[in-house]
Amino acid sequence: MKAESKRKPESKPKKRKRAGTELTKQEEFIRKHKRHHHEIASWRTFLFVLFLVLWEVSADKGWIDSFFFSSPSRVLRCFADQIRNNSMLSHIGVTLLETLLSFLLVIAFSLLVSTMLWHSRKLSEILEPYLVVLNSLPKSALAPLFIVWLGTGTRTIIVAGMSVAVFGSIISFYTGFQQVDSEKITLIYTLGGSRKDAFLKVVLPGSVPILLSTAKVNIGLALVGVIIGEFLAARRGLGYLIIYGSQVFQLDMVITSIIVLCIIALVFYKSIQAVEHQIRIRFKM
Amino acid sequence: MASMTNILELKNIGYSYHNLHGETKALKDISFGVREGEFIAIVGPSGCGKSTLLSIIAGLLSPEEGTILVNNPDGSLHYPKIGYMLQRDHLFEWRTVYRNVTLGLELNHKMTPRRLEAVDRLLKDYGLDKFKDKRPDELSGGMKQRAALIRTLALEPQLLLLDEPFSALDYQTRLFVSADICRLIRAAGKTMIIITHDLSEAISLADRIIVLSGRPAVVKNQVNVHLTLADDSPLAARNAPEFQQYFNMLWEDLTHES
Repeated sequence: MKAESKRKPESKPKKRKRAGTELTKQEEFIRKHKRHHHEIASWRTFLFVLFLVLWEVSADKGWIDSFFFSSPSRVLRCFADQIRNNSMLSHIGVTLLETLLSFLLVIAFSLLVSTMLWHSRKLSEILEPYLVVLNSLPKSALAPLFIVWLGTGTRTIIVAGMSVAVFGSIISFYTGFQQVDSEKITLIYTLGGSRKDAFLKVVLPGSVPILLSTAKVNIGLALVGVIIGEFLAARRGLGYLIIYGSQVFQLDMVITSIIVLCIIALVFYKSIQAVEHQIRIRFKM
Repeated sequence: MASMTNILELKNIGYSYHNLHGETKALKDISFGVREGEFIAIVGPSGCGKSTLLSIIAGLLSPEEGTILVNNPDGSLHYPKIGYMLQRDHLFEWRTVYRNVTLGLELNHKMTPRRLEAVDRLLKDYGLDKFKDKRPDELSGGMKQRAALIRTLALEPQLLLLDEPFSALDYQTRLFVSADICRLIRAAGKTMIIITHDLSEAISLADRIIVLSGRPAVVKNQVNVHLTLADDSPLAARNAPEFQQYFNMLWEDLTHES
């Protein structure tokens, strides 16, 4: 008994000491990790602020002509003016709506077509060269045709938005479907499942990561297509605002619209990333 | 253990693979019977067509030559219900363990209370009931194989086909898991055909070993295995006095192509 009680106080501080050093090492690691992220974030902010300050100062000092190159304060003023006469919000809304619509249509249409291609090997072999050519075609070349065929308006712009993303997205989806482990499909057959079961229980859920990464690319491409469409065939939207601004030599308006577009692209990307994160947590991928 | 009547009889099975460069004969004139409750191991050089043979027995491929005769003990002519275990467990990461083991029932629209009760019993017997709602990647290699076995047994097959089912496991785990899974299959009273390239595994698990030759595969030898077992540990069979003899005999068969 005595020997035991003697040993105890000896072993306790030892343990605590070891745990203590382990903790500080872990803490050190976390601190290092945080410091690194801090550093990156500060550099990013610094670059952004530096750019704004340089831009403003050079415009102010007359190093650059603010009529052509604008300046942060002029952009802000222009944005405020446009908000005041209510036009900016409606332009943003139109572009957002058109982009979202063409994005959703691209996803739905590519899912449908790639499912058909997976279902029929023959069909996929027949269509392959057409898809490859259409995918590598610069889609802006098609925009004038869409105007002639569909007139000017929302419909043309949504089709232009879709045309940029849809072929690449069909190819990515179909490639994703094909990469699913063929033994997993055999498993479905050994359990008495059909080809439809193989698609619904293995191919589709197994392709979720590829569906998500393709969606992330597509939202950006849809925005590109919508802006091209608005350049040519619109009376509303940020693309229209850019073209209009350049025609009446209001470059403040052009640059303001471009900056708004940057923010929209960022918001789109971040929201898809958030959706992706949620799905990954739900399915533990 | 094994009854005397054959529930399945393979007669002169032949199969070839075709491509533009010609025909590759995989199986030639394969004949053997399968008795009820029997454990058969098929060994042979790699690429000899063992998996093709299993796919034919499973009905995933139809033989180009020969027939498979069915002879159930009750005289009926139904092809025995077959459970197939593939080389890897292929548990789906996007499903919980429970939804993985009930996949077969789901596909066959057989999620009846009786079947689900049987699945619950198996989960409990195999020590997996606590992991029902976990994802497969939280299971150990052995537990994954047990889950895959439950998925197969849930459809209540009479004949189990195992295509090198433990080859993805490390050696030590494999020793325990193969003994474990086969003990469970014996306890469930099923007939089993297992493909393996591991001679020790074949000797320790099977009642009969069928040796196939290299391509095109023919039945080179059939060996009935009788071991004197000291205990029922996974190593017992490997320590049996007859083990080395069987091993040498099979080794001779496999290495001497004639």
